[in-house]
Amino acid sequence: MRGNRFGYYIREGIGSIFTHGFMSFASVCIIVACLLIMGSFTLLALNVDSVIDTMESQNAILAFVNEDFSEEQARAIQPALEALDNVETVYFVNKDTAWDSYVDTYENPSFFEGLDSSFIRHRFVIYIKDIALMAETRDAVCNVAGIADVNAQLEISRGFVTLRNIVTFVSLIIVAILFAISLFIMSNTVKLTTYERKDEIAIMKMVGATSAFIRWPFVVQGLILGLMGSLTSYLLEWGIYQVVTTKVVSSSGLNFLTTIPFSVVAIPILVAFLVVGLGVGIVGSLVAIKNYLKV
Amino acid sequence: MVQFIDVFKAYENGTKALKGISFEIADGEFAFLVGPSGSGKTTIIKLLTGEIAPTDGKVIVNDYDLGSLKFSKMPYMRRTIGVVFQDFRLIENKTVYENVAFAMRVTGASNKEIRRRVPYVLELVGLDNRTRRKPQELSGGEQQRVAIARALVNNPRLIIADEPTGNLDPARSLEIMLLLQKINELGNTVLVVTHEKELVNSFSKRVIAIDAGRIISDGMDGYYNYER
Repeated sequence: MRGNRFGYYIREGIGSIFTHGFMSFASVCIIVACLLIMGSFTLLALNVDSVIDTMESQNAILAFVNEDFSEEQARAIQPALEALDNVETVYFVNKDTAWDSYVDTYENPSFFEGLDSSFIRHRFVIYIKDIALMAETRDAVCNVAGIADVNAQLEISRGFVTLRNIVTFVSLIIVAILFAISLFIMSNTVKLTTYERKDEIAIMKMVGATSAFIRWPFVVQGLILGLMGSLTSYLLEWGIYQVVTTKVVSSSGLNFLTTIPFSVVAIPILVAFLVVGLGVGIVGSLVAIKNYLKV
Repeated sequence: MVQFIDVFKAYENGTKALKGISFEIADGEFAFLVGPSGSGKTTIIKLLTGEIAPTDGKVIVNDYDLGSLKFSKMPYMRRTIGVVFQDFRLIENKTVYENVAFAMRVTGASNKEIRRRVPYVLELVGLDNRTRRKPQELSGGEQQRVAIARALVNNPRLIIADEPTGNLDPARSLEIMLLLQKINELGNTVLVVTHEKELVNSFSKRVIAIDAGRIISDGMDGYYNYER
């Protein structure tokens, strides 16, 4: 691309933004609104996912060892459990520790006077990688020699999986719908500016302009509007997220929730906003100009 | 050079605009294309500029066979022709200079070439003292001169003027015709499409007369007296 031609595209693209100031402003506002909603849902989904991850990590399988196994025999089972698919970590809990923990859950230990740990079993606490595979993992644990019984909270795990799937699905649908809406509005905005310039485009065709030459200033226009929309919405999203997460953390009813710090997602969110904003701007412009280039 | 070889054009609605037209305009020639409304003049212009393709026959403009020309090559063909319209078709928010320079810029001309060529053609059409004006600040005759300058600036082999005097008074019309004649004398082929009988008859040039999609006369006597 020759330098003076590149300069022409930039000048024309920027000039068109100011010539059609109101429409440009409207385009940026639409991109900002859509990106804010998309970003908010994405951040919500990420936080729900994070909360579920935390809950998942606390949801373990309890595997009880045969009654007649000594502690030494029971400990010998651990490598077989660790070797199973989907097993993250395995902790051995002997009878005494299990008994003490059990007693500690009651406010008045005197209830248990005269009793000891002899009637309970050694056990393993097994944390798994994927909660969706809990049933399969439970069955595999059951089949390990020396394991007498397994206690797995399948209902809770299914609940987590369902909740995660719903949040992910809803977020994806909303993001897809908003992307389509942004594209449509951006395309129509550029269509309006191209309609206003249809005579100019016809003159350009008449004097021998190539389609690319006509298209580039509109692409530059869409690119700049998309960039402005992306950066504005990113900064707004950042501010809103900080305010909301601060409120959540300081709220007495919700302080059990942990939120993802914005710094952790700052780069991916910025990249996503830029990709969507620039994509909407450029694709919207290309769609809008297409019909005028057919002659 | 322009060649129409047995050209037919039927539109999608069934209208048969051209019914086997053949003519040739040699390089450097000046010709009028005349005829009443609906005779097929506009269709001929659209065929010449590549806006539409012939249904049958061949249209050759400056060595480009428009029937088989690829869409991507059309701009390069258009750079060999300059078109002047009745309604001027200038860009309102650009100055006279920018309107003319714009036509060079789209062809990829350098700023240096533009700075050299644009003042020359504006002087040729007598607008060297109007370069910073916007089209709406000019008279109809001056706007048409800008359009002619724009058509000329890329040094095309063929100038097509579609009713160039349609919006002008008789004195301005004559001025524009004299300017087109001067451009022809500089070596450009000029085709003027018009239905102004008096104007045509005041020049002793070739006149191709069409009606109902057919050529009804093609003579060098410069006389147009057809009555429908």
